[in-house]
Amino acid sequence: MKGAGVVTATDFLERFLAGDRLALARAISAVEDEADGYRDFLREIYGRAGKAYLVGITGPPGAGKSTLVSHLAERYAAAGRDVGVVAVDPTSPFTGGALLGDRIRMNELAGNERIFIRSMATRGGPGGLAKATGEVALTMDAFGLDLVLIETVGVGQSELDVANSADTTVVVVVPESGDAVQAMKAGLMEIADVLVVNKADREGAEQMARELRVTLELKPEDGWRPPVVMSVATEGRGVDEILEAVAVHRSHLEKSNGLTTRRRARVRRQLEELLEYEFKCVCAAAPAYENLLELLTAEVQQGLLTPYEASARLFKEVSREI
Amino acid sequence: MGRKRIRVLVAKPGLDGHDRGAKVVARALRDAGMEVIYTGLHQTPEAIVEAALQEDVDVVGLSILSGAHMTMFPRVRELLREKGAEHVVITGGGILPEDDIAELQKVGIGRLFTPGTTTDEIVKYIREAAASDN
Ligand code: B12
Ligand SMILES: Nc1nc2c(ncn2[C@@H]2O[C@H](COP(=O)(O)OP(=O)(O)O)[C@@H](O)[C@H]2O)c(=O)[nH]1
Ligand SMILES: [Mg+2]
Repeated sequence: MKGAGVVTATDFLERFLAGDRLALARAISAVEDEADGYRDFLREIYGRAGKAYLVGITGPPGAGKSTLVSHLAERYAAAGRDVGVVAVDPTSPFTGGALLGDRIRMNELAGNERIFIRSMATRGGPGGLAKATGEVALTMDAFGLDLVLIETVGVGQSELDVANSADTTVVVVVPESGDAVQAMKAGLMEIADVLVVNKADREGAEQMARELRVTLELKPEDGWRPPVVMSVATEGRGVDEILEAVAVHRSHLEKSNGLTTRRRARVRRQLEELLEYEFKCVCAAAPAYENLLELLTAEVQQGLLTPYEASARLFKEVSREI
Repeated sequence: MGRKRIRVLVAKPGLDGHDRGAKVVARALRDAGMEVIYTGLHQTPEAIVEAALQEDVDVVGLSILSGAHMTMFPRVRELLREKGAEHVVITGGGILPEDDIAELQKVGIGRLFTPGTTTDEIVKYIREAAASDN
């Protein structure tokens, strides 16, 4: 780790708890990098989390998510809330690098002491989110921020993951994305708690909103029908309506016990993910793992074994050593 | 902890609208496996430093072709120091006379690059600078 030498839980814990934003920034890096001691750190702060409300913002690239997030954050801050923004952009699968450009649209927030923005690369995480996105949001939560806005790369169907990390999920589409929306309708329906048709200054917005509403009519009544809001993010139009829709959804969740249910599902999923991860690590740490994997790969490639047989054998051999 | 990546903030301070160099460098750093936060044009030193702190970057790179380098670089250095982020390396490039570069390096600014520098050279320097900052 930089500057401060090896990170340990106690290194920034005190400053973190005292509300030092530099310590928050450092803590996020530690979590993201899985730096030494990060789990101890998370353990220390875990009990403080759970107070922040998490809003996911997803949708195709260029839809106006960052511009909207900027306005949303500004209004929340003006209402006296401390806001965290986690803006996720893709890591290049070839170089491991990333160009994180969401801040370009958030320049107006500079100097606002109630707002903390962090750009994050997916680092190979699935579903438009980094593996650590949830933990970074949790870190902001424990720091005492009231709201965390999570902006994710909206690629095809895979942004389902954001819904698993957020309390309310806002899906942003634009008139031009007609066909794309058609394709992702099924997924959209599942995850959108609020639908935003942004770039309403362009042709086709009205019609798109109408079509979305019709589609949503068909949704089986489970107590919440996602409202469709039109906005022009560049002019700040429709932002109040989005805030209102999020607030209504939140109170719906709170009244119907849905928030507890959602959060429980999130914890359960996280446990399963961690287990999977741990399991993989434990297997990979077995002395025979690497050689056996090589050997079996060759055998599968030569047609001597099917992948199913090979993985079963790998597991069997490796589990003897763990 | 194999997940650590070099994080770099690339910023354009002041009213300077020349952004080609900044973009070329940002892309080159990304292609070299770094995480690059690009903040766009017209940044104040205060905004740049705030972004650098929130993003916990290893390096801040300023691109200045407007002649404002003698105020911008030292100001960013000073603000980072004030905020307790002394460890952040400051580098950059643009239209920078040799004498000015020498002067800036005396006040704690890292290497600076002028037009025609290859991006390989820049990548190499930033890797070294980020690594030595431990
Ligand atoms: C293209 C250009 C423009 C374009 C800019 C387009 C754009 N979006 O970028 C346009 C036509 C808009 C323009 C306008 C002006 N320009 Co002009 N422009 C140039 C020109 C010809 C090339 C700049 C360029 O893009 N180079 C290509 C890039 C890749 O190179 P680079 O930016 O230098 O970057 C390299 C290094 O400097 C370094 N580097 C740069 N940034 C960074 C950042 C980091 C982190 C690192 C590590 C390295 C690094 O690495 C890069 C790779 O080698 C230069 C002359 C020149 N030869 O430099 C004049 C020049 C910069 N312009 C100049 C001027 C005066 C202007 C105007 C004021 C003209 C006017 N009177 O209207 C306006 C101002 C515009 C504004 N709002 O700021 C002067 C500046 C004089 C000075 N500073 O003393 C120059 C030097 C021309 C001259 N000889 O007079 N310009
Ligand atoms: N015409 C129009 N352009 C917009 C609107 N909202 C955002 N944009 C522009 O769309 C581009 C992408 O916006 P951005 O917020 O970065 O989208 P993101 O990729 O979804 O985060 C930018 O050039 C914005 O200025 C809008 O409501 N109308
Ligand atoms: Mg964005």
